[in-house]
Amino acid sequence: MVSLEEGGFAIFLVLLAFACLIVAGKTFDQVMAFHAGIGALVAAVSVFWIFKNYFDDGGEPIPQEIDGKPNYNMGPVKFGSVAAMVWGLAGFTVGLVIALQLAFPALNFDLPWTNFGRMRPLHTSAVIFAFGGNVLLATSMYVVQRTSRVRMPGKILPWFVIVGYNVFIVVAGTGYLLGATQSKEYAEPEWYADLWLTIVWVCYLLLFLGTLWKRKEPHIYVANWFYLAFIVTIAMLHITNNLTIPVSVYSTKSYIVWSGVQDAMVQWWYGHNAVGFFLTAGFLAIMYYFIPKRADRPVYSYRLSIVHFWALIFIYIWAGPHHLHYTALPQWASTLGATFSIILWMPSWGGMINGLMTLSGAWDKLRTDPVLRMMVVSVAFYGMSTFEGPLMSLRSVNSLSHYTDWTIGHVHSGALGWVGYISFGALYCLIPWLWNKKNLYSLRLVDWHFWLSTIGIVLYITSMWVSGIMQGLMWRAYDQLGFLEYSFVETVEAMHPFYIIRALGGALFLLGAVIMAYNLWMTVRHGEAEEAEATPAGSLAPAE
Amino acid sequence: MSAWKKHEIFEKNSFVLLIGILVVVAIGGLVEIAPLFYLKSTIEKTEGMRPYTPLELTGRNIFIREGCYTCHSQMIRPMRDELERYGHYSLAAESMYDHPFQWGSKRTGPDLARVGGKYSDDWHVEHLKDPRSLVPASIMPGYPFLAENRLSTRDIQADLSVNAFLGTPYTQEQIDNAAADLIGQASPDTDAAYEFEERWPTAKIRTFDGNLKEVTEMDALVAYLQVLGTMVDFSIYDDKANAR
Repeated sequence: MVSLEEGGFAIFLVLLAFACLIVAGKTFDQVMAFHAGIGALVAAVSVFWIFKNYFDDGGEPIPQEIDGKPNYNMGPVKFGSVAAMVWGLAGFTVGLVIALQLAFPALNFDLPWTNFGRMRPLHTSAVIFAFGGNVLLATSMYVVQRTSRVRMPGKILPWFVIVGYNVFIVVAGTGYLLGATQSKEYAEPEWYADLWLTIVWVCYLLLFLGTLWKRKEPHIYVANWFYLAFIVTIAMLHITNNLTIPVSVYSTKSYIVWSGVQDAMVQWWYGHNAVGFFLTAGFLAIMYYFIPKRADRPVYSYRLSIVHFWALIFIYIWAGPHHLHYTALPQWASTLGATFSIILWMPSWGGMINGLMTLSGAWDKLRTDPVLRMMVVSVAFYGMSTFEGPLMSLRSVNSLSHYTDWTIGHVHSGALGWVGYISFGALYCLIPWLWNKKNLYSLRLVDWHFWLSTIGIVLYITSMWVSGIMQGLMWRAYDQLGFLEYSFVETVEAMHPFYIIRALGGALFLLGAVIMAYNLWMTVRHGEAEEAEATPAGSLAPAE
Repeated sequence: MSAWKKHEIFEKNSFVLLIGILVVVAIGGLVEIAPLFYLKSTIEKTEGMRPYTPLELTGRNIFIREGCYTCHSQMIRPMRDELERYGHYSLAAESMYDHPFQWGSKRTGPDLARVGGKYSDDWHVEHLKDPRSLVPASIMPGYPFLAENRLSTRDIQADLSVNAFLGTPYTQEQIDNAAADLIGQASPDTDAAYEFEERWPTAKIRTFDGNLKEVTEMDALVAYLQVLGTMVDFSIYDDKANAR
């Protein structure tokens, strides 16, 4: 018998394929035709795959347990891990290209598809949503199963979530290059991609909650609180910030329902909390599972995790308007944003302390385990950028830093240092566990990765500090007669050497990631097999 | 100890945890966003603001498509150097018809909030085609393809309708004639231009790209750039009355 789930997904996908075909046939918009074509193709292949799978296993239900142990569903986790590595390499490469474009503008080639304005959203989306998103999906599916000691619900559902999410990435990324964008930073995908992501995300929430409902552990582990906050809040932000009216169903173009000052406020409420919930809460969940696991120590303080969880999610959501100091946004709003940004320093450091102090009694492992070192340095970068953030949210500092490269440097100390390193650490742990290997192919290569990318990050953020602060000061410099000292283009010229240093830093970071990809590939292909489940990564006791 | 024990209700019930999270994360946004829709002081009282013409709106959509906002802000802050470099600080009223807003977050290039009227049309066309021919140290990409792409009039009426639906005060006449006006604004001394002028008395009619034969994306983008920051009449604007 075809299950309700298989039948439901098959019918939905068949209808979707037909709808896409109709749109592709009727539209004059070439981008829409291309994307509808992708949609029809993927939907059709998925339906075929559902039925092939059904006939292969004869519709037998999948055993929930094998030999008394949970039969975890690790296929989608493997898919997400590999996708993360591939998208990571792509995203870092595009980042390097646009960094070079700023130093050498001839690299824009004067073509529509290769200019900086279209490539920059491709870079940000590729690293945040494609690389980071796949890391979050893969690790959350892994962690929630392990800490609940049950298999994820559904046969098709987990695959729908992970594949559907990656289809969203492909549609969004190709859309930017072809000129389909809403121009809202970190929310550039057009209405149909947003709609698709909403469907996938609701399924993701159901999948996550469904696993929690089935759990065999009485307590929900702390990492899962953070994952749940990340999933729920991103849904709220995504839907509110992307409310649009399409010009027609056959057109990629849509108009956001908000306008002007209200749109700015909604956008930065979204934008700052994409940082707060996608790039922070989600990755803190990774910290709360992978660092204790790798260090083989319990989480430092259970009470600190409670306090910092609720404080972090309550306060973060207020911080958005600090992106709009001195703009046409009423001052009460930006003052409120800055106030909460400063308060936010405390829960942020609460999280950092909880992560770092988990190493108590295991600090010696930093010398021998480069993977653990990477994750600990990641938490240190988290502490640094969550100190720099409140500083930059002060009105007086912001008047200098806003609109300059200082912001870019700040973002990258968080993105490369915190998000990048905790993701690399998680993947270095996860790949041997998933493929049942004893250890990584080479710890020496992890060492190389660590040092190359650390030098890269340092070059990146220091060059951006210098160029940002310098440009901010040049803009407001006056000569002795009371005239503005520099024309705008003179400030652009002055940044050239720093743009080259930044590109060099980015290149080192990319080189590190290439070494990582090779190392993981060799681990999967040639690593030594783990001997018959010597209880790798069982569940963690709550951190009491 | 007992207070910590009470937290168990969140740890043992996923539904309670879910509701707890939703309540906690909803508050900040509600307090910061909702008042902006009813506080009358949010948007200043000004004279001269009008919706974008079909050609300007098309140009704005090209601005968005090419990602110009990734390097150019459209938001002048009230500081001495910015006022001298760019002009009067930006008002909320000046972007009230902008779906979405284009304030930007980075100035790799200069602010564009008041670029309208600062340079000639010819300067913009040449600069967009080859920025370094005019500003040797510029790092802006070239957009020569804009001058080759003819404008399509297919969707412009729907564009205006959607904006009107969202509250932009387009008249029914302006919507019905959007396609003709798209061409008319860039075709001076034609019947279409005269009709355009009746519907859009304060808009500029010119061959923005210097090419009379066809109306291109370059026409639209230059028309948009030339109107930026020029609508509000600052000779009668009262800074103090609108101070917030």
